[in-house]
Amino acid sequence: MEPVHRILGRAVPLDRADVDTDQIVPAEHLKRIERTGFGPFLFDAWRRDPSFVLNDPRFEGATVLLAGANFGCGSSREHAVWALEDHGFRAVIAPSFADIFRNNCFKSGLLPVELPATDVRALMEAVAADPSTEITIDLETKRVSGAAVDDPFVIDDFTRWRLMEGLDDIGLTLRHEDAIAAYEAGRGTWLPSSG
Amino acid sequence: MSQGKTLSEKVWERHVVRWAEGEPDLLYVDLHLVHEVTSPQAFDGLRLAGRGVRRPDLTLATMDHNVPTAPGPEDPVSVRQMHALANNCGEFGITLFPTGHIGQGIVHVIGPQMGLTQPGLVIVCGDSHTSTHGAFGALALGIGTSEVEHVLATQTLPQKRPGTMAVTVEGDLPDGVTAKDVILGVIARIGTNGGAGHVIEYRGSAILSLSMEGRMTVCNMSIEGGARAGMVAPDDTTFAYLEGRPHVPKGNDWERALEDWRSLATDAGATFDREVEIDATALKPHVSWGTNPSQTVTIDDVVPEPADESAARALAYMDLAPGKPIREIRPDTIFIGSCTNSRIEDLRLAASVLEGRRIAPGLRALVVPGSMLVRRQAEEEGLDKVFVDTGFEWRSAGCSMCLGMNPDILGPGDRCASTSNRNFEGRQGPGGRTHLVSPPVAAATAVLGHFGTPADLPPREV
Repeated sequence: MEPVHRILGRAVPLDRADVDTDQIVPAEHLKRIERTGFGPFLFDAWRRDPSFVLNDPRFEGATVLLAGANFGCGSSREHAVWALEDHGFRAVIAPSFADIFRNNCFKSGLLPVELPATDVRALMEAVAADPSTEITIDLETKRVSGAAVDDPFVIDDFTRWRLMEGLDDIGLTLRHEDAIAAYEAGRGTWLPSSG
Repeated sequence: MSQGKTLSEKVWERHVVRWAEGEPDLLYVDLHLVHEVTSPQAFDGLRLAGRGVRRPDLTLATMDHNVPTAPGPEDPVSVRQMHALANNCGEFGITLFPTGHIGQGIVHVIGPQMGLTQPGLVIVCGDSHTSTHGAFGALALGIGTSEVEHVLATQTLPQKRPGTMAVTVEGDLPDGVTAKDVILGVIARIGTNGGAGHVIEYRGSAILSLSMEGRMTVCNMSIEGGARAGMVAPDDTTFAYLEGRPHVPKGNDWERALEDWRSLATDAGATFDREVEIDATALKPHVSWGTNPSQTVTIDDVVPEPADESAARALAYMDLAPGKPIREIRPDTIFIGSCTNSRIEDLRLAASVLEGRRIAPGLRALVVPGSMLVRRQAEEEGLDKVFVDTGFEWRSAGCSMCLGMNPDILGPGDRCASTSNRNFEGRQGPGGRTHLVSPPVAAATAVLGHFGTPADLPPREV
């Protein structure tokens, strides 16, 4: 994972709540066996509508997605995160996220930022009025700024450290291999095995 | 401080491998279920890093999402994904139930059926409906592909400790109200994000009156309420279901397991972070009208006035006008299947409604058993004949029309009465429209040609 420190970029307002991962990348496009190449299928159904906001050339090259509450609900497909990243997004700002989607973001290096709904709304309006508006998400200071908004956001220190160092979770866990082995030694012998 | 612990806290605490202030807990995983869609990139990650699978003996793979459920031309891209799973399982020594194997089926149907899903376990799978296994008092978490790779490599998962939430459904369920209606009622009440950050424990007399199949249906859709997992405390119903299944302990081990499993129930003095109470006696059969699973009404209702822009968008997508009675909506497709409602009991219920009747002319109707063993059992009971005689197609096991990634899809504008779990836009195929219902409502709707319940059906022709 590439380290994340500060994201500075233009944003695109997707003013919808409950955006589910079937919309972010429909199931018919989940058959690739690679992590790459999902960008062209991002919001595949909605992008068929010429008036869909991601088709608006004014927002081309945006790296921050502004969205409604409960973003990323539904299926656990990490392909949704990969599609957003492959398209060029580095962060999503929304009033709330679905749990599995948020976990997947942190594994892949896409930053999910929760802000109060009124401030997400203010950012959407500012960006809609002036698509050149830039938004800064600073992991060091844990602040989002842009237009009239200057907010702190919450992220636990461990996750923040992992993102800023670009650390691989598996590598971190394997530092505790002794603890895993000790736990395994104490597991009940009657517990099931798939073999 | 609360006196005592909840079920989810007990299961969580016995799996903590490592705890450190300010870090997620490292949880041990007892069972890792794997399927073809969310695993190929995880296996690739292992190969790139030169890592192996720590516990292939605690890992089980099957093919379900992509598999065709009827003979026909095979999609080469799906075949490539299934080949990748077969190769990965071969390379890393993981047991696989591929297509054509009697053990094959939807990952959340085969775990319980084999007796691998047991109380008190931590179970994970790269699929959000892993919550199904919580019906046995297991803590079952849906995870993404990076986490799949993490579990393959370490047999553990770093997780932030979730909150606890009790959903208590008290009272006798009225006739015709099923587990599916219970969970749709719960989601209508708490909303699509109402369980976020929490593990739900389903409690109360209505939940305890459900069979294991019913409890699985309830726990299955916990994710549709945003919850991290759903659980039911194991009891005699659970033990009776498990006893004698292939992977369940036997003899002295069975007695020891029973004693342990009985200790898992939430302590009398324990408190939950959130509590919701639902009156079972007021529940009715539910039908979804919108494009998320909280957008439901009862069969006796009309399509509601849109409360917000999101509801207005949903109505436009569904091509429905406010005020239209639900019973006047006419689907063109009926789907009985999915990890929510494809178990033997679901098929029996649907067949009991259909027996001696015919589906309405022009309907496309599919029954897709959740596993090849469910299919075989249904055939032994003659249910396949009932379905075929009434006009349904009888299929092989798989996820089928629950999600549009195999040949069973809706066409644009098609309208489906579906026993699956998600009515998202295009979920069953681009442009398709989904109404979530229980198996008896799906069966009655197939006969009537419009939404209805078994009670709406005319008497059988003799």
